Amino acid sequence: MASGIKDKVVILGMGCSRFGERWDASPEDLMVEAYVEAMSDAGIGPEQLDAAWFSTHMSDVGTGRGGLPMSIALRLPNIGVTRVENFCAGGTEAVRAAVYGVAAGACDIAIALGVEKLKDTGYGGLPVATVGTLTPQWYPNAVAPANFAQLATAYRSKHGVDAGTLKRAIAHVSVKSHANGVKNPKAHLRKTLTEEQVLNAPIIAEPLGLFDCCGVSDGAAAVIVTRPDIATSLGKRELVAFKALRVATSNGWEMHSSQWDGSYFHTTRIAAKRAYEEAGIRHPRAEVSMLEVHDCFSITELVTMEDLFLSQEGAAVRDVMDGVFDADGRIPCQIDGGLKCFGHPVGASGVRMLYEMYLQLQGRAGPRQLKAPRIGLTHNLGGQPSQNVCSVAIVGSLS
Amino acid sequence: MLGITGYGAYIPRLRLSRQAVARANAWFAPQFTPRANGARAMANWDEDCITLAVAAARDCLGAGEDRSWIRGLYLASCTLPFGERLNAGVVSEVLTLSETVEALDITGSQRSALSALSAALAKAPSAGPVLVLSADLRQTRAASAQELDFGDGAAAMLVGTENVIAEYLGGGTVSVDFVDHFRGSDADIDYQWEERWVRDEGIVKLMPRAIAAALADANVAAEAIDHFIFPSAIAKLDAQVAKTCGVKAGAVADNLAAVVGDTGTPHALLMLAQVLERATPGQRILVGQFGSGAQALVLRVTDSIDTFRPRVGAAGWLARGVEETNYTKFLAFRHQLELDRGMRGEQDKKTALSTLYRHRSAILGFVGGRCSVSGDVHYPPSRISYTPGAPAMDTQRPYKLAERHGTVLSWSAEYLSYYPSPPHYYGQVDFDGGGRVLMEFTDVGHGDVESGTRLEMVFRVKDVDEKRGFVRYFWKATPVHDTAVPVEE
Repeated sequence: MASGIKDKVVILGMGCSRFGERWDASPEDLMVEAYVEAMSDAGIGPEQLDAAWFSTHMSDVGTGRGGLPMSIALRLPNIGVTRVENFCAGGTEAVRAAVYGVAAGACDIAIALGVEKLKDTGYGGLPVATVGTLTPQWYPNAVAPANFAQLATAYRSKHGVDAGTLKRAIAHVSVKSHANGVKNPKAHLRKTLTEEQVLNAPIIAEPLGLFDCCGVSDGAAAVIVTRPDIATSLGKRELVAFKALRVATSNGWEMHSSQWDGSYFHTTRIAAKRAYEEAGIRHPRAEVSMLEVHDCFSITELVTMEDLFLSQEGAAVRDVMDGVFDADGRIPCQIDGGLKCFGHPVGASGVRMLYEMYLQLQGRAGPRQLKAPRIGLTHNLGGQPSQNVCSVAIVGSLS
Repeated sequence: MLGITGYGAYIPRLRLSRQAVARANAWFAPQFTPRANGARAMANWDEDCITLAVAAARDCLGAGEDRSWIRGLYLASCTLPFGERLNAGVVSEVLTLSETVEALDITGSQRSALSALSAALAKAPSAGPVLVLSADLRQTRAASAQELDFGDGAAAMLVGTENVIAEYLGGGTVSVDFVDHFRGSDADIDYQWEERWVRDEGIVKLMPRAIAAALADANVAAEAIDHFIFPSAIAKLDAQVAKTCGVKAGAVADNLAAVVGDTGTPHALLMLAQVLERATPGQRILVGQFGSGAQALVLRVTDSIDTFRPRVGAAGWLARGVEETNYTKFLAFRHQLELDRGMRGEQDKKTALSTLYRHRSAILGFVGGRCSVSGDVHYPPSRISYTPGAPAMDTQRPYKLAERHGTVLSWSAEYLSYYPSPPHYYGQVDFDGGGRVLMEFTDVGHGDVESGTRLEMVFRVKDVDEKRGFVRYFWKATPVHDTAVPVEE
């Protein structure tokens, strides 16, 4: 068994652009925004970077392919810049690469940056993606809302939840995230919503309405990582360390066998177990102080609470309605507004989640600062319920 | 004995109310209002001549997996989607026929289905069973008589020498270049000449010649005909031709004008399929059709007639109809009303032909792979199985999903993507006997789909590459129909 990365790598600095419909900014501008903040936070110069990993999902809009866009936009000193792409989980993949590079001793200081420029397509929602030459010949021209909406139909039939009850519970998920987003100056959507507004919004994909879907945003986020001893030598104190970083990827079992019931994320359960083990967390419900999950849709967040073992199976509806994951609840979730309101620039989102955990652990989260959080968890998902990439990262103060 | 050994029909689910059409067009064409009764069959947006033909073939063949005994596949139509690419070849792949089958397209006149039947009767004694298919999906102009009179549909006839249910007694043909209508190779819509001339100088003169020749060849007297099948969109012309030929008035078969409309090339065979569903041993059937001349065949129903039943049958398809009163939907499905698709409708639908060929059995035949070790079913088939803990390699054997039913695990209906008939329904389908495929649902309405809904598979148009003129086909799921829904007339 590998010894894992617990406490081997710390965050030296982070930056995050303002998310939103950034009509004013090119992807290069967004990268610069996140990079400059991260470098300033880290207190280092470009020549101190040993390697870079670059996450962006859409090839045809935004930056284009490869590592070049990041290297050129930031004028990096000819270090290795590698593009990683793993659907909406690419941001965490870039972080994982940088963390592994440092943990392996291959580099002292590495940067991971994610960016997405989604608002140059001319229409709302995610751009239409290409999927090779075979898949389009048999697979439905499916869109994300309908892929994730299917969780709701399967969850309802599995747990005997009536449609109205589930619809109200997922409405609460969105109401809560909107309340949180108001307090975040970098968030895309900063407006409170009522449950009635969510319930009465136009249907996008049965049973998900407009406000069950996250924002489609432009943005970038960056993290600079290093070994604890180097961070200390650079004068850093109260270090935020990686406790675990685990990824699980579907192999077709959910998609093609008849064994998965469609109501949960198989990969999330696997990644969460592995991450808790790596971090030494035995009782997630008691030990996780806060989390940022991949709330691309309200129903995703609800079932994810069960998949991360923070709600018992079938109990997420009740826990959500009881406010367990509200800002003043037992385990605050999406305290920065989440994908729902901070926004979802695909390649950047995993890094953005980490940004909030970092700020909270350092007590720098301003009006949304939680009281003495100890352990933060990020859950970054790419793909769709039936086939996806799920990463779970756990961070906390360096032991 | 040589003759028909099986038959099938297909009538699309939607039945467009003629009143709805006439009402919408009354400002422009008030002359149609008095005659706008009943409904015409209306293909869904994802149906074309190939998919209609497949549906009729499956109605005839049933769920049997071994179809290697079929030696010929003749597809007759005047609205084949491909001018070059063997349309019958597509159908053959879809039906998983043997690659050694003789597949051919027969086209050019409304009577080409009878020409195909005639050719099949000539072929079958030496070659073995021939499946004759016919389908049409005819474009018409808005506010035209044809728009009201025509309908979409398909029929199938299996021709062979064993278990014959309708013996072939004889046939007659008249080939004359009588141009009642025509369509140039670059046109979508027929150009029609005056109906009175077509009737009096064409049909009434030419059709009896072919019928007389057929009766003589069969050595059957006209008055001995029990079922007289002659499709025509001209009202009461069937009775007139029957009378001219000496066929008794009671023998004239219903031409389905009130509930389907004239389906074109397949219509004589569609009517024949309907007649065979209720025919009794010993009855004599005359089936004729007009087009660039005339053709007729005489059949005698055998004692084996009750040994064959189509899967749904013409009567079953008629009962499944759902009234459609939205005329703009019809126009949009026929590309006669350009609706705003939004930018999502701009996506390129180019098909990699090399990929299609490599996976043609999976895509067109809907053949998956069943692991010979675990029994797990995979779609698309793969070299390595997904089986947890035991991913066997190269153990999958061809396993056809097309004729199996399934159950909805999860579903949604979305309004986001461009889809010709929103909302776009799709979901995960668990197949009886294993296998799961995320599939589009078609022929569904609000409330038709829930977790646990039982589904059957239909072959449909998946995408149209309008830029290059290519059609991409695949299988879709539709609720299993247990109860018949009567059509409002």
